Amino acid sequence: MELLSGADMIARFLQDEGVEYIYGYPGGAALHIYDALFRQDKVKHILVRHEQAATHAADGYARASGKPGVVLVTSGPGATNAVTGIATAYMDSIPMVVLCGQVMSHLIGDDAFQETDIVGVTRPIVKHSFSVKHPSEIPEVLKKAFYLASTGRPGPVVVDIPKDMTAPTERYEYVYPKKVKLRSYNPVTRGHTGQIKKAVELMLKARRPVFYTGGGVVTGDASEGLTDLVKRLGFPITTTLMGIGAFPQSDQQCLGWLGMHGSYESNMAMHHADLIVAIGARFDDRVTNNTSKFCPTAKIVHVDIDPSSISKTVRADVPIVGPAGSVINEMISLLQGREIANPEALAEWWQSIDGWREERRGKLYEPSAEGEVLKPQEVIEAVCRVTRGQAYVTTDVGQHQMFAAQYYKFDKPNRFVTSGGLGTMGFGFPAAMGIKQNFPDEQVVCFTGEGSFQMMMQELSTCKQFGGGVKIINLNNASLGMVRQWQDLNYKSRHAHSYMESLPDFQQLIGSYGFTALKVQTKEELESALERTFADNDELVFLDVAVDPHEHVYPMQVPLGSMRDMLLSKTERT
Amino acid sequence: MRHIISILMENEPGALSRVVGLFSQRNFNIETLNVAPTEDETLSRLTVTTIGDDRVIEQITKHLNKLIDVVKLVDLTEGSHIERELMLVKVKALGAARDEVKRTVDIFRAQIVDVTPSQYTVQITGDASKLDAFLEAMSPVGLLEVARTGVSGIARADKVLSL
Repeated sequence: MELLSGADMIARFLQDEGVEYIYGYPGGAALHIYDALFRQDKVKHILVRHEQAATHAADGYARASGKPGVVLVTSGPGATNAVTGIATAYMDSIPMVVLCGQVMSHLIGDDAFQETDIVGVTRPIVKHSFSVKHPSEIPEVLKKAFYLASTGRPGPVVVDIPKDMTAPTERYEYVYPKKVKLRSYNPVTRGHTGQIKKAVELMLKARRPVFYTGGGVVTGDASEGLTDLVKRLGFPITTTLMGIGAFPQSDQQCLGWLGMHGSYESNMAMHHADLIVAIGARFDDRVTNNTSKFCPTAKIVHVDIDPSSISKTVRADVPIVGPAGSVINEMISLLQGREIANPEALAEWWQSIDGWREERRGKLYEPSAEGEVLKPQEVIEAVCRVTRGQAYVTTDVGQHQMFAAQYYKFDKPNRFVTSGGLGTMGFGFPAAMGIKQNFPDEQVVCFTGEGSFQMMMQELSTCKQFGGGVKIINLNNASLGMVRQWQDLNYKSRHAHSYMESLPDFQQLIGSYGFTALKVQTKEELESALERTFADNDELVFLDVAVDPHEHVYPMQVPLGSMRDMLLSKTERT
Repeated sequence: MRHIISILMENEPGALSRVVGLFSQRNFNIETLNVAPTEDETLSRLTVTTIGDDRVIEQITKHLNKLIDVVKLVDLTEGSHIERELMLVKVKALGAARDEVKRTVDIFRAQIVDVTPSQYTVQITGDASKLDAFLEAMSPVGLLEVARTGVSGIARADKVLSL
């Protein structure tokens, strides 16, 4: 029998759980835990410069690896600083465990120094939370936290640990719990066969089908099955922003992604479809536009592991509660030996889709001329070319995020890492850092803008200390581009506070941390700068590219319209 | 439509706030709320009445079921059920009204549980509409204080909400 203090139990548990990296920031209430981490060398702690970055870094790792990211912060401001990152993970269903120090249990409720009711503060943005009541329960609570975070529909779990629970003098028996049971939590492992049969029959009979798949396929590790299913049927597929890469985008059957800034052909196909097979997607308002005008002629099959996602905004005709992977596999086996009923209708459907594709070919944006400032889209395309579409790509939030999603082509899941649900500026750089530190051999690119980057740029210091050879591509339009775009469209170009007239000299700023920064002003400077940027995979390089501030993201769905109501450029609309 | 949802949940600190928080977070409505531990001390039973169309009620039950602290729940209004609420009411009871109050109490099969020279404290149980009717009948006399427990309920016949 092994007797350990609560703090040592935490360190030991993290080892036994196979956690390699944790991201955190010390403080009074977490000091016993930090001391325990100091006295071991298996779990590596990365000291961030702001707790929000700890959550984003752990989140980036979780999205790239599929395993829960782990964060350790102290009570009060340490924990509240982590809130934005917890909400980011919650909105995108990312597995994360956040360990928060708390004031000693006898002080709770007294407004003690650095006391915050973090379980209360985070209640609406966690999958679940725990407050440790006795040191001996730490191993079980932690196991439950990891189990909840990573199973079913994943999400962040907060564990609140009062300082006296980790006191070095109090020792209790430690056994690593291999399994835990929660009587009220039994995530479904397969869908209802009768419903899946119904869905398959609809798929076989469909004349104008579309697959619409989301982040559930990525987190459910089901992209191989999905690719198989979609290939078998020969149907078109569009993914959500979160689902990018679950089906290879270079494949002809992939229409790109859909919604507010989705591809013209995706939105047109959705609007005219007679069957929509939604898998692991949640009919988010950025996808559906006006739900009362959404896909008027389509029957809807909706597969989701979370029953509350089904018929939340759009009524499903065939709801299937189950994990994407097993439902897809069951669909595939039911399709064995079956043929679609209307191959000629499907061929006609493809003709319409190819027609839509053709309509927009070469018209997506106006490339820049020699000597001119670059278009942001060109920069993304160039980076995609240089990295052969193989990099892990993170983004911040705004125009550059949409351009990155539109113009970088992903053939693998878990590669496009973006804050889709919450839309958190500042996410991209720390997320990239988290990925790079865990996968040092991979290329990791962060597309950002000067607005977003400045929200988390203090992490340059973390990269200096712990390494993190990420390539930061700053699409610098000296504006909050997306805000500016909305102001152009809806506020007669009154650019209220969307203009940044006091930007730092990024070369000096980055240089002061000992990193390389390059500046690109015009088109012809880009290629050589990219060559230099990607020359050494271990080196952090900041590429500051001046881009056209007048560029807008198109297509753009018209507010309150249907899927097909889109602005296609500054002068064209559907 | 009005629904009565009964929930068995972990009898743990924070569980109630998760349930209540869910309603405000998702813009659902709570008419009444009633909660107490059950014979199994690890469980509490919470009964909430809420108003919403079928879509809203479906979302409410799905989201409640998703809470880790919620073990089981039933929408009692889906089947035949018994609904009860307890109310304690202090009413003025002076002069001629004193007899009138007593008669009304008898008609409603309520009980007078405390008496002073100038007032009665009445205990009454029933469904919410009966309690409303009693309050209406008493209001000309003079209501001094009203304490309602909120609705509790149970399904009729064999249907049981337990582990």
